[in-house]
Amino acid sequence: MKKLTKVLSITAAAAMAASMMASVSVFADDVFTIGAIGPITGAAAAYGTSVMNGAQIAVEEINAAGGINGYQVELLTADDTHDAELAVNAYNDLKDQGMQLLLGTVTSAPCIAVEGEAANDNMFLLTPSGTAVDCIFGDNAFRVCFSDPAQGTASAQYIGEHGLATKIAIIYDSSDPYSAGITEYFTAEAANQGLEIVSSEAFSDNRTDFSAQLNKAKEGGAELVFLPIYYQEAALILQQAASMDFAPAFFGCDGMDGILGVENFDTSLAEGLMMLTPFTPNAEDEMTQNFVKTYEEKFDGLVPIQFGADAYDGIYAMKAALEDAGATADMSASEICDAMKASMGNITITGLTGEISWDPATGEPNKEPKAVVIQNGEYQPM
Amino acid sequence: MNTDIVKKIKNRRLRSKLITYLIVIVFYVVVQILINTGNLSSLLTGLLVPICVYVIAAVSLNLVVGISGELSLGHAGFMCVGAYTSAFLSNVVGSALPETLRFILAILTGAVFAGLFGLLIGIPVLRLKGDYLAIVTLAFGEIIKNLMNVVYVGIDSKGLHVSTTSAMDLHLEPTGKQIIKGALGISGTPKNSNFTIGVILILLTLFIVQNLIDSRSGRAVMAARDNRIAAESIGIPVTKFKLLAFAVSAALAGVAGVLYSHNLATLNTKKFDYNTSILVLVFVVLGGIGNIRGSMIAAVILTALPEMLRFLSNYRMLIYAIVLIVMMLFNWAPAAREWRERVLSRLPFGRRKAVGKEEV
Amino acid sequence: MSFLTYLKDGISLGSVYAIIALGYTMVYGIAKMLNFAHGDVIMVGAYVVLMMITRAGLHPLLAVLIAMAACTVLGMTIEMVAYRPLRKAGSPLAVLITAIGVSYLLQNIALLMFGADGKTFINVVSLPSLSLFDGGLVISGTTIVTILANIIIMICLTLFVKKTKQGRAMQAVSEDRDAAQLMGINVNGTISLTFAIGSALAAIAGVLLCSAYPVVTPYTGAMPGIKAFVAAVFGGIGSIPGAMLGGILLGVIEILGRAYISSQVADAIVFGVLIIVLLVKPSGLFGKNVQEKV
Repeated sequence: MKKLTKVLSITAAAAMAASMMASVSVFADDVFTIGAIGPITGAAAAYGTSVMNGAQIAVEEINAAGGINGYQVELLTADDTHDAELAVNAYNDLKDQGMQLLLGTVTSAPCIAVEGEAANDNMFLLTPSGTAVDCIFGDNAFRVCFSDPAQGTASAQYIGEHGLATKIAIIYDSSDPYSAGITEYFTAEAANQGLEIVSSEAFSDNRTDFSAQLNKAKEGGAELVFLPIYYQEAALILQQAASMDFAPAFFGCDGMDGILGVENFDTSLAEGLMMLTPFTPNAEDEMTQNFVKTYEEKFDGLVPIQFGADAYDGIYAMKAALEDAGATADMSASEICDAMKASMGNITITGLTGEISWDPATGEPNKEPKAVVIQNGEYQPM
Repeated sequence: MNTDIVKKIKNRRLRSKLITYLIVIVFYVVVQILINTGNLSSLLTGLLVPICVYVIAAVSLNLVVGISGELSLGHAGFMCVGAYTSAFLSNVVGSALPETLRFILAILTGAVFAGLFGLLIGIPVLRLKGDYLAIVTLAFGEIIKNLMNVVYVGIDSKGLHVSTTSAMDLHLEPTGKQIIKGALGISGTPKNSNFTIGVILILLTLFIVQNLIDSRSGRAVMAARDNRIAAESIGIPVTKFKLLAFAVSAALAGVAGVLYSHNLATLNTKKFDYNTSILVLVFVVLGGIGNIRGSMIAAVILTALPEMLRFLSNYRMLIYAIVLIVMMLFNWAPAAREWRERVLSRLPFGRRKAVGKEEV
Repeated sequence: MSFLTYLKDGISLGSVYAIIALGYTMVYGIAKMLNFAHGDVIMVGAYVVLMMITRAGLHPLLAVLIAMAACTVLGMTIEMVAYRPLRKAGSPLAVLITAIGVSYLLQNIALLMFGADGKTFINVVSLPSLSLFDGGLVISGTTIVTILANIIIMICLTLFVKKTKQGRAMQAVSEDRDAAQLMGINVNGTISLTFAIGSALAAIAGVLLCSAYPVVTPYTGAMPGIKAFVAAVFGGIGSIPGAMLGGILLGVIEILGRAYISSQVADAIVFGVLIIVLLVKPSGLFGKNVQEKV
């Protein structure tokens, strides 16, 4: 045992020494260094990977077109495995590598933790997809996507105003702040819209069997099932609903986007599925088509999901704000952050997820929610 | 003669204990020097508090796994209790108390509640043995996590409101504040944890654990571990002592949870699933079951290692897994041990083989 | 009628748990170790079948056979490289931690090879569904096959263990490894064979799991693996009928708990029932309660 301890101690000392070396690196001051944090491994890896890919495309485009204010952009990425503690580690690591602006983090809970650090450091934070209210509590933080309240409320309003249904069932992920948050605001607004919630059923660790939740919805006579969840589980729910001859309308939020890209998924099951999402990969406009084409070419034929689009817009928002502020690459992270706080309110960008401007007081984006419906295996605007 | 041997053993134990404290203090001083001279990267500085969290968790779990010889897979559940109760307290109290006093109160709250849970769970569970105990502790950890996910608590001028359905059902006044938000957990906990407090808590943990091991109860528990029936036959109330060890271990895990929750701006139950329990168990086993110092070192290395491997990007966790397997084989496989003994004994500074020496 | 539907869903889910638990319990009974990587072998089996069907265009049945062969080799390799050197390490915990390492390893290899995106599984069962009570109860072909497979596997395993030479060797090793060795039984070979069978079962479980719940990700096996572990303990670890009953009970409790009590705390209910059962019967439903002697 003694020797084991010794061996371990030596290893520890070596690791420490090695890391100390690593920390002494020279920061280049002729490029803007943007850090991106998200889950690249772990169960939420699909979202993080998409964000990294979308950001990479934007950065490469910007660099090819001459950079920002004449400076090239460097993108650093770090993995947080969808864990708050590891996200803070990733943040510190990127800081060591000279990060000046942060795109991230991708998921809500880690984002709140990182924002706690970033607000202290006065580091500019733009989360592409962290939907929880607290993700952007500091004045240094902004977001590209809609917040939970915005999505929940907008969904209930949309269903109520368009008379899609009156009896609603909800199936949500109680262990996921994103899903639980939307459900909370949806339920509150549903009462105002005269919608009746016939069942509101959760799942958490079991992500494979949804028969009980679907049966509850069926028994309650639900005309519409609201699914504020991600597309992987949604794909299973649609398959299981079909196998039990339950065919209500389904309505999802931005996490639903990507369902048509699930490999081997029978897309006929998604016929008539409605969702509020600002991005659809088969929109007609040239910008989306170019983005999707580049994305598919670069990443083995993967179809981009909304996370990638949010990240792409996020990088271009940073570009617009940096240009508005006339920032230079030799500024410190804190100086850039101060400049960005003023400039984010001045800019309006037309991105993949629509025309976006920001409220500098709250950090929330102003953009139109778009509802789409799946018809003939493709997204159609409603 | 006899007393002489006893004295020798006592001295050796005391020395071993003091060395453990010394290692912690030296580590602290070295890190402080590095920080003050600006030689420590942000990554490592940020890692210091998590390292303290895992060291406390590992040392306290070693009390159950190493000393009582019981396999517990629910340690994260106790960390969860400590983290939630203390974060709740800090958020309720807010700025009504000075920061230091509030944090001390938070630590005590976390420890007491986690300890109580340990006691409550320990009473029925400790009758089970081996893998059955493992599965029941795992189950309790998951239950605690699962139930915390549906708790909503808010506060307004009328006092506390509790609901298990949704935030709306709290019926808070407009000025009221939601504190525990179901699956969203608690956010906005003040960042009171720092490295100094972490090290103080490590020393405190070591003090409690090492003294418990050396106490009459501790020796009884170890006797029971080695031979339950023999221990019972000479009248040692095994279950009572095991329960004590289990509750103390839970309370210390609660302290680790307090440190964790006051280090991050957000807290939810996802962190406290069986994976974290297993992670802590890995520290204990890799460092040597029953070896307090070893589990501390293993906790430091295995917390820092994945971060040090960040440059490997996608291959990071793959390499981590391989390193874990190789380290386990290297440390535990009889063949590897023999080989190590041979190599080390040939080295000039290699110590003589200590026969039958008990390592605690 | 809705109760019957829930019951059917529970049995269907439980049957999948049961098949995984059978592999778990066999390995535990003989090697006395919790093979945490068992769930990930399931995932590997599912990926192999999927790749054989979609990429190589093989017949589903052939694909399943290939997956079984692949998992058998994988299981035996894991046992040989990672577990065998630790068998005499003195603590069952050492090999438990190594198994966790193997689990991480398999997950991360799958992540690198197949990516994090879930892949929809092709249902390999082409049986029509069965409609009872004028459509009040619909039992899908997959469910029928799963339940049948479960029963067949259980019978075959029981016969194998009771009637064949290798099976009796397994029993002997499980009872007392050292004595078995003295009796001339090849202990390493027997344990290797156990891993081979357990892993082949894992491949079948993977196919059935992913046919019923058709998405494969690198983490597909983790949670069912844990649930199967619970099921195996529930039924009395080491017992073949126990694993089967434990699995089905677990599935039924989970679905009924979700339907009639609360979907938010369904897992807490499952674990709660488990704890109560173990407190009443500390070695599981079918477990042997052996008081150790001095």
